[in-house]
Amino acid sequence: MTIDASDGKSIKEAVRAAVARYGASKDELIPILNELNREIGFLPKEALDEVSAQLRVPASQLFSVASFYRMLSTKPRGKHVIQFCESAPCHVVGGREVWRALQNELHLFDGETSADGKWTLETTSCLGICGVGPVMMIDSDIYGNVEPTQVSSILAKYH
Amino acid sequence: MKAFRSMVLVSSDPLSIERGANEVYQKLQQEIKSYDLQDEISLTMVGDVGRHDSSPMVIVYPEAVVYGPVKAEDVHTIVEEHLYKGRIASSFQAPTRELTGRIAWLSARKGTLPAEQRIVLERAGLIDPDSIDDYIIHDGYQALVTTLTTLKPNDVYETLEKAGLRGRGGAGFPTGSKWKFVAKAPGDKKYVICNADESEPGTFKDRLILEGDPHAIIEAMAIAAYAVGADEGYIYIRGEYELAQKRLVHAIGQAYEMGFLGENLMGSGFNFELHVHSGAGAYICGEETALIESIEGKRGEPRARPPYPTTHGLWGKPSLVNNVETLANVPPILRHGPDWYRSFGTPSSPGTKVYTILGNVNVTGLIEVPMGITLREVIAIYAKGMKNDAAFKLAQTGGSSGSVIPASMQDTPMDFDSFSKAGVALGSGALLICAEDTCVIDLARVLLNFFRKESCGKCNPCRIGTQRIYEILTNISEGTGKMQDLNDLMSLSDNLYQLSNCGLGQTAGAPVRDILNYFRAEVEAHIRLKVCPTGICPMSGKKI
Repeated sequence: MTIDASDGKSIKEAVRAAVARYGASKDELIPILNELNREIGFLPKEALDEVSAQLRVPASQLFSVASFYRMLSTKPRGKHVIQFCESAPCHVVGGREVWRALQNELHLFDGETSADGKWTLETTSCLGICGVGPVMMIDSDIYGNVEPTQVSSILAKYH
Repeated sequence: MKAFRSMVLVSSDPLSIERGANEVYQKLQQEIKSYDLQDEISLTMVGDVGRHDSSPMVIVYPEAVVYGPVKAEDVHTIVEEHLYKGRIASSFQAPTRELTGRIAWLSARKGTLPAEQRIVLERAGLIDPDSIDDYIIHDGYQALVTTLTTLKPNDVYETLEKAGLRGRGGAGFPTGSKWKFVAKAPGDKKYVICNADESEPGTFKDRLILEGDPHAIIEAMAIAAYAVGADEGYIYIRGEYELAQKRLVHAIGQAYEMGFLGENLMGSGFNFELHVHSGAGAYICGEETALIESIEGKRGEPRARPPYPTTHGLWGKPSLVNNVETLANVPPILRHGPDWYRSFGTPSSPGTKVYTILGNVNVTGLIEVPMGITLREVIAIYAKGMKNDAAFKLAQTGGSSGSVIPASMQDTPMDFDSFSKAGVALGSGALLICAEDTCVIDLARVLLNFFRKESCGKCNPCRIGTQRIYEILTNISEGTGKMQDLNDLMSLSDNLYQLSNCGLGQTAGAPVRDILNYFRAEVEAHIRLKVCPTGICPMSGKKI
């Protein structure tokens, strides 16, 4: 996250920069949204409106795309996003217990953001690192072979 | 190529990098230089080496010594002892146990392990994925050059038909025929698309190919484009695979520079332009028409078929969509010929298959073996048996959309036809091996939770059916199931199979159908006796 979601001017600039980088064509829509989501942390209405104007795509269609994909979010998220793999390969090697430990530690349900805006806890489908399950990802850091007892020390690394 | 005395490889799968593989690599560079060994020892950052228990790993050939997990501060001793003085620094060696992958293949030659047969993973984990020179030295782009200079387009797909190559994405459709359909489809603008949206739970074979040998896919796509008459291609790669994306973009840049992509390749008049397109997190985009919609910048909702992508694909033009592993088979087939390829595997499913071995076994990881190996062999030989000597209860094959296979079927050869005769699906190659303490209701519930979340919601049978099955399974796991639920589960999974628009819905009911077929007593115990035999389900009568 490098851009403040409340700063309308820099959001517009970010959109224009992304469109300039990928080109104003419809097949670049998802790469553009991916990049904006990375920079702003989610896709605020101002960003979608500006993409709509730049690409000449109706805002309704943009919203339908932005709300479809798991890596795009139309709502603000926490400073750190925890993605916990809930697919079968992680589940059968102890994922269930790790998930419980995460919930106990953070007091959040799936998809919730903590009141102080620090954490968002999400379950995700397979992350493709199944050889070392249970797997979780915090922002872009990957943790494999996670034990329930390690959860609190992993979380403590993030401020 | 310069001759080196030793070859040093550093693993660079995402976990290795997270654990400091880059620092280890830099330190190795410094240390090798400080002993003035840089002309005798090659140092390469390779991809995923197919083993994840001690990452990051440093592997030294020709001795095939594996060090791991290696920290930057260990590097000095390893270099001094092993590379300078020639003694193995045994205190840093990875835990000794049988290895998988290329390493296993090398030790197999010493007579300890039955050999794997590596065709698509031939180079992955051995060459520097960021170096096109490394690829070219190892037979890279040879098939493309031969194709462009000596073969006609129909020669290419006829060779694939003769080789009997079948799609490795899960369905097993004959690849040569698919290429022929696209080649014969009318239209002057055509596309080739590589489906690298590998999201099937438990599957990471395509990531390994893309990270370890990206040029193989570029070469195969250029051959495909030539064969079907396309001049533009897309690699649709799942958004989570950041390292693979980076490597591909880098490799494509090199291929343009060296003239393996671009205009008038090898003076043949054939042009080919290749793009990498990132997904944004949606399992459904692995379905080929959803993938096409997604490239077009829309929601990934599958189209009604027919018409098929072979005639109406990307932007309505004829499009060839192939899985990564399928494409990776193409250059070797063209290099060695169809007869060579048919010497592996079974008559109806020639070649090899990459499997990912997961679950309650001693060794998880990735193997490439001839088609037709059995589950019993996989567990005994490659997985080194069940963890804690537990009994093998079931295997879930092919990711979520595969089948649940009971222990009684572990001697069925794993190839497309034997599996479909037995009523089960091979799928993507994931083998989730579960021990006796796995509850089938809990497992099916996890699988259906996946489907209900990943259903795109376009068609009702899938959107509602997956949710309803999940709810019924949840009730059963909480001890509030009724016998009538079993009939409902059967009819729901039948409806899913017959009425859903695409493969996601059509296969979503399979786990439920399988557990009712093979583990009915265990399911009924949850309902009649209100007991979960393995003690995993809460059976609390209320929501957890």
